[in-house]
Amino acid sequence: GDEKETPKDKPITDSYLEQLEELLITSDFGVSVTQRIIEEINSNMGGSVKTIRDAEFVIRKILLSVLESVEKPLYIKGSPFVILVVGINGSGKTTTIGKLASLYQERGKSVLLVAADTFRAAAIEQLQEWAIRNSCDILAPSPKTDPAAVAYDGVHKAIAKNYDIVLVDTAGRLHTQKHLMEEVKKIKRVIGKLGNYPNEVLLVLDSTIGQNALIQAKEFNNALDVSGVVLTKLDSTSKGGIIFAISQDLKIPIRYIGMGEKIDDLKAFVARDFIESLLNPIA
Amino acid sequence: MFEDLEAKLANALKKIKGQALITEQDALEVLKNIKFALLEADVNYKVVKEIEQELKEKLVGKQIEKNLTPFQTIVDTVHKELTQVLGAESSTFVINSKPFIVMLVGIQGSGKTTTCAKLARLLKSKGRQALLVACDIYRPAAVKQLQTLGKQLDIPVFSKENTKPQDIALESLEYAKSNGRDIVIIDTAGRLQIDEQLMQELVVMKNTVQPNEILLVVDSMIGQEAVNIAKKFNDDIGISGLIFTKMDADARGGALLSIKRIVGKPIKFIGVGEKISDLEQFYPDRIASRILGMGDILTLIEQA
Ligand SMILES: Nc1nc2c(ncn2[C@@H]2O[C@H](COP(=O)(O)OP(=O)(O)OP(=O)(O)O)[C@@H](O)[C@H]2O)c(=O)[nH]1
Ligand SMILES: Nc1nc2c(ncn2[C@@H]2O[C@H](COP(=O)(O)OP(=O)(O)OP(=O)(O)O)[C@@H](O)[C@H]2O)c(=O)[nH]1
Ligand SMILES: [Mg+2]
Ligand SMILES: [Mg+2]
Repeated sequence: GDEKETPKDKPITDSYLEQLEELLITSDFGVSVTQRIIEEINSNMGGSVKTIRDAEFVIRKILLSVLESVEKPLYIKGSPFVILVVGINGSGKTTTIGKLASLYQERGKSVLLVAADTFRAAAIEQLQEWAIRNSCDILAPSPKTDPAAVAYDGVHKAIAKNYDIVLVDTAGRLHTQKHLMEEVKKIKRVIGKLGNYPNEVLLVLDSTIGQNALIQAKEFNNALDVSGVVLTKLDSTSKGGIIFAISQDLKIPIRYIGMGEKIDDLKAFVARDFIESLLNPIA
Repeated sequence: MFEDLEAKLANALKKIKGQALITEQDALEVLKNIKFALLEADVNYKVVKEIEQELKEKLVGKQIEKNLTPFQTIVDTVHKELTQVLGAESSTFVINSKPFIVMLVGIQGSGKTTTCAKLARLLKSKGRQALLVACDIYRPAAVKQLQTLGKQLDIPVFSKENTKPQDIALESLEYAKSNGRDIVIIDTAGRLQIDEQLMQELVVMKNTVQPNEILLVVDSMIGQEAVNIAKKFNDDIGISGLIFTKMDADARGGALLSIKRIVGKPIKFIGVGEKISDLEQFYPDRIASRILGMGDILTLIEQA
C-alpha cells in the first residue's frame, strides 16, 4: 500500500524511553515490571526493535503473554454455585455482589445473597438494598452474629431451597490482621462442611491501590486459595497496572472489572482492551 | 524491600569509607536506589524526580557528619528531606466559629463516613457538641451507616429524605443552632474527580454552607493516581487539609508525600483501624521512615 510515515515509524529516542518509563510507573506497574519491559526494548534495539511501533509491539507482547492467560470468565457449573467474596476494606465487595446478582438473574439463575459482614456499620442494610434492587432473596442476620455461622446458614438454605447462585458478602479486612484472616478462613472451612463449597473464592481488588495490591493478593491467596479476581473502580483514571505483577506471580483468573457504581457497571475482563486503554496516551 | 534498600545502599557506599565529602558519583549511585525505593512506595513519578534533583543538590559535596558513617549521613539527609516535604506535625482544628463546620470529601471507599465518626468522637472527648450530617444520598445504606456510628457515640445524626445534599447540609446548620451543637461534621458521597456533575455538587455545597474545614480523605494504599485526585479536588473546591486512612495496612504510604507536595495542605490526622477510636496524630518523621523503609537505621542515627 501507500503507507505514509507516521510518528510510530520514528526511531526510539531516550526521551521516548523516559516517557515510556513514566507511563508504566504512573500506571502502577511497579519498578521491576517497568524495568523488565524497558530492558527488553533496549536489548533488542537496532535489531528487531527500531521504531516506536516496534517498541509498542514488544510491550503488547509482554503484557498479553501474561494477561491473556488470566482472561478467564467465570464458568458456572453445578447448583448451588457458591461464591465467597473477600478483600480489603472498601474495595467494592458488596457493590460487586449487587452487580453479580443482576448478571446471573439476567441469565435466568436464582440468586441468594448472604450478609456475612456482620461487623461494619450498616453493611447488612447495604446488601439488603442491593437485594431490593435485584428483587432477589437475602439471608440477613442481626449485627454481630458469627459470620461463619451466617455463611453456613446461607449455603444450607441454598441447598435446601434449590438456589442456583449463592453470593456470600464478607467484611473488609486487611491482610495484615491475623485474627480477621483466621476468621475468613473459618468462613470458608465451615461452608466446606456442607459439600464441595465454596465453588469460587473471589478477591475484589481496588484498581486505585498501588503496589500494596500485590501483597494483598498474595496474602489472601495464601489464606484462601483465591480462584478469581475482580478489579473495581476502573472507571477512575487509575490504570491498575499492578494487576500485571499479580497475574504474573499468582496466575489467578481475572473474572470481571468494575466500571462504576451502578448495577450494570460490571464487565468481563478483556486483556486486549485493558492493554489498549493503558497504551492510549502514547498510541 | 526494606532490607533491600539498606543492603543496596550499604553496598553502593562501601567504597566511600574514609572520605570526607560525598562526591557526585556517590550521590548518583545512592539516588538511583532511593528513586526506586520511593517509586516502590507509590510516591508519584514526577514528585520522585523533583525530590531526586533536590537531594542531589544537598548531597553532592556534603561533609560526612562527624559521628556518622557516609551511609548514615546520606540516609539522614534523605530522611530529613522527606520529613520536610511532609510538613508540620498534625495541626488540630482551630475552632473559631460557632457552629464550626467540617466537610469530608474523597473518592469511593476512602474512609469518609468512618472518619466522620472518628472526628466526632475526638471532638466529643474534648467537650464539644458534635452533629453528624448525612449528605451521601447515593450509596446504599450510607445514611444508615452514619446513623449506626452516631448511635454508638451517642451523637445526633441529621438526615433528610428526598432532599438534595446541599439542602441537607444547609438545613443541618439550622438544626445545629437550635440544638446547641457547636461542631457540624458533614459526610459526603464518594466521587471520582472526573465526575464533573458530582464535583459541581460539592462546589455548590461549599458555597452554601461555607465550611471552616474541607478535608480530603485518602486511602493510604492509593497508587500513582493520588496526585491527580488531590489536585482536582483542591482546584475545584479548595481543600484545607488531608486525612489518610488505613495506615494500619502495610503499605509504605508514598501518597502522603506526593499529595502533600502537590497540594501543600496539612495532614491533619491518620486513620489506623476500623474502630472509631482509631484516629491518630500525624508525625512527619515517622511517615518519612516508613516511606523510606529504614526505621531501624534512623533510630540508630538519632542515637549517634
Ligand atoms: N467508581 C466506582 N465505584 C465503585 C466501584 N465498585 C464499588 N464502588 C464504590 O466504592 C465504595 C465501596 O464499595 P463497597 O461495595 O461498599 O465496598 P466493600 O468492599 O464492600 O467495603 P467494606 O465492606 O466496607 O469493606 C462504594 O461507594 C461503591 O459505590 C466501581 O467499579 N467504580
Ligand atoms: N483498616 C482500616 N479500615 C478503615 C479505616 N478507615 C475506614 N476503614 C474501612 O474502610 C471501609 C470504607 O470506609 P467508609 O467509611 O465506608 O468509606 P467511605 O469513604 O465513606 O466510602 P463511600 O461512602 O462508599 O465513598 C470500611 O470497611 C471501613 O471500616 C482505617 O483507618 N483502617
Ligand atoms: Mg461491604
Ligand atoms: Mg461513606
